[in-house]
Amino acid sequence: MRRSKGERVFDVFNYILLGFLGFCTLYPFLNVLNISLSTPADVAKIGLRILPLNPNFEGYKKIMENTYLLTGYKNTIIRTILGTAVNVFLSAMVAYPLSKKYLPNRNIWISMIIFTMFFSGGLIPSYLLIQKLKLTNTIWSLILPGAISTFNMIIVRNYFMSLPAELEESARIDGANDIRILFSIILPISAPIIATIALWSAVGHWNAWFDALIYITNEKLMVLQVILRKMIVEGSMQYIESTGGSFVYEDGFKPTPDIIKCAAIMVSSLPIIMVYPFVQKYFIQGIMIGSLKG
Amino acid sequence: MNNIDVTRRARTRRARARPNIFKEYWKYRYLFLLLSIGLIYYVIFHYIPMYGIIIAFKNYKFRLGISKSPWIGFENFAIMFRGVDFFNVFRNTIVISLYKLVATFPAPIILALLLNEVKNKAYKKTIQTISYLPHFLSWVILAGVFMQLLSPSQGPINLIIKSLGFKPIYFLGNPKWFRSTLVATSVWKSIGWESIIYIASISSINPELYEAAYIDGANRFQQTLKITLPSIAPVIAIMFILNTGSLINDDFDQIFNLYNTAVYDVADVISTYAYRMGLVQMQYSFSTAVGLFKNVISFSLILITNYITSRFSEYGIW
Repeated sequence: MRRSKGERVFDVFNYILLGFLGFCTLYPFLNVLNISLSTPADVAKIGLRILPLNPNFEGYKKIMENTYLLTGYKNTIIRTILGTAVNVFLSAMVAYPLSKKYLPNRNIWISMIIFTMFFSGGLIPSYLLIQKLKLTNTIWSLILPGAISTFNMIIVRNYFMSLPAELEESARIDGANDIRILFSIILPISAPIIATIALWSAVGHWNAWFDALIYITNEKLMVLQVILRKMIVEGSMQYIESTGGSFVYEDGFKPTPDIIKCAAIMVSSLPIIMVYPFVQKYFIQGIMIGSLKG
Repeated sequence: MNNIDVTRRARTRRARARPNIFKEYWKYRYLFLLLSIGLIYYVIFHYIPMYGIIIAFKNYKFRLGISKSPWIGFENFAIMFRGVDFFNVFRNTIVISLYKLVATFPAPIILALLLNEVKNKAYKKTIQTISYLPHFLSWVILAGVFMQLLSPSQGPINLIIKSLGFKPIYFLGNPKWFRSTLVATSVWKSIGWESIIYIASISSINPELYEAAYIDGANRFQQTLKITLPSIAPVIAIMFILNTGSLINDDFDQIFNLYNTAVYDVADVISTYAYRMGLVQMQYSFSTAVGLFKNVISFSLILITNYITSRFSEYGIW
């Protein structure tokens, strides 16, 4: 198609505008990266530079030795793996019966479950429940309350409903019961949707901070986001300065709290930043499936 | 099984007017086994806390437990509505929600339309991928990022402002600027992700419509106006209705990590207020009452908006 002059001008503007959007999205992170790699004296001089003046890794050395951060990282990894496994397992288990049109009182069960998406007891009743169940300061307070994400479960249910009925029928003729059908036949075929909700669940767990904030006070069990919050938002020097080893700095090179905070931000975001471009198609297709009526 | 059994079974089945409920459940016992595990979860972690709402109508004392705490009816709500605090908080919630709606609703649509015009697939994909990076990061991290970016002393934004001759702006500390900061950072975080649904809608438009329009002499702008927009109008309408339905909701994550006492007056919203009253000041009953107020309004709005949406098209939330 031939472009008129006006259209070509528009194209140029469009490319620039979108490029500017990309830049605006990335620049705040570049700024943090910059600070994290700078010497204290250079921090004030960074201005609009993209690259650090004198690359300096002291901040990173300090953050890698930070006992709180390491504990937080470990706890977050454990929580994410355990939480995602529980999520996927339970969501599939509940989605399967609900995907069968012949399930007795199906609408009642579905309504009961969907209702919880729109109304809840609120913060205090949930908090008191966890207290009463003696789950505070355990990893279960982070995993059980969100064990089934109804939205995820509905997505899986919709997917199950789209599978051909012959699969189940032929397995039943061979004598399998529903549980065997689910685990041996349906689940292996549902790999794409399982991947989608696993990824969604993993991101949710990785980024979760509020539940850990209110339910966990034991420093050894805190998750990464809570440690970060204490460093960055609360500015707690105890968390920023704590390290395993001892450090000796040349004059002018001791990293300031700002530098350490920025190093912490980079170290915590790197896993997600590096992974998400490659798995983005799962997230997108999840939205698509989720927005269709079952 | 021989023929006699089969016919006898069929006759009794036909003769039975209503299926025995226990037999039905037993027939599908494996399915119910799977389902019950989920139901136990929902009862414990969703329905039991709903029972806990009763705390809002009592003067709850931890020692006494729920059943023995004294009943005070709607007194908590009376205190809530009489107080100046709550009025501020409610106003902030609505104002911020409206502000965000106006700013964050059109942005992803415009982005989707602009991206649609890009012919170079690699460039389009790259910009798209970059645009939803902020969606995957928590507000804890983003708070750190913006505290640096907007810093009055060393942040790049204020550096530009200072070089233009103005005084530095305390974006996060100045009540005059805080709400705008909330809205701007919110757009920044969500524009990429929210554009996905619009991009998907646009990509499902029949290309023949565009070809026909081109043959009729329409330029790209006219094509966008007459084909693209009307085709995604249903999606836009639904998203708009859903967004309006969550007017009383607030982004606790964002505000809690960005706010400070200096801006409570303009930024304290219902959920942050309920949090402080409940978990910091330990006024459990009052906080539950605040939360209940919000949840009831939110639920009503959802019913209304879902009704409107399902009348408007075949889509509903379920």
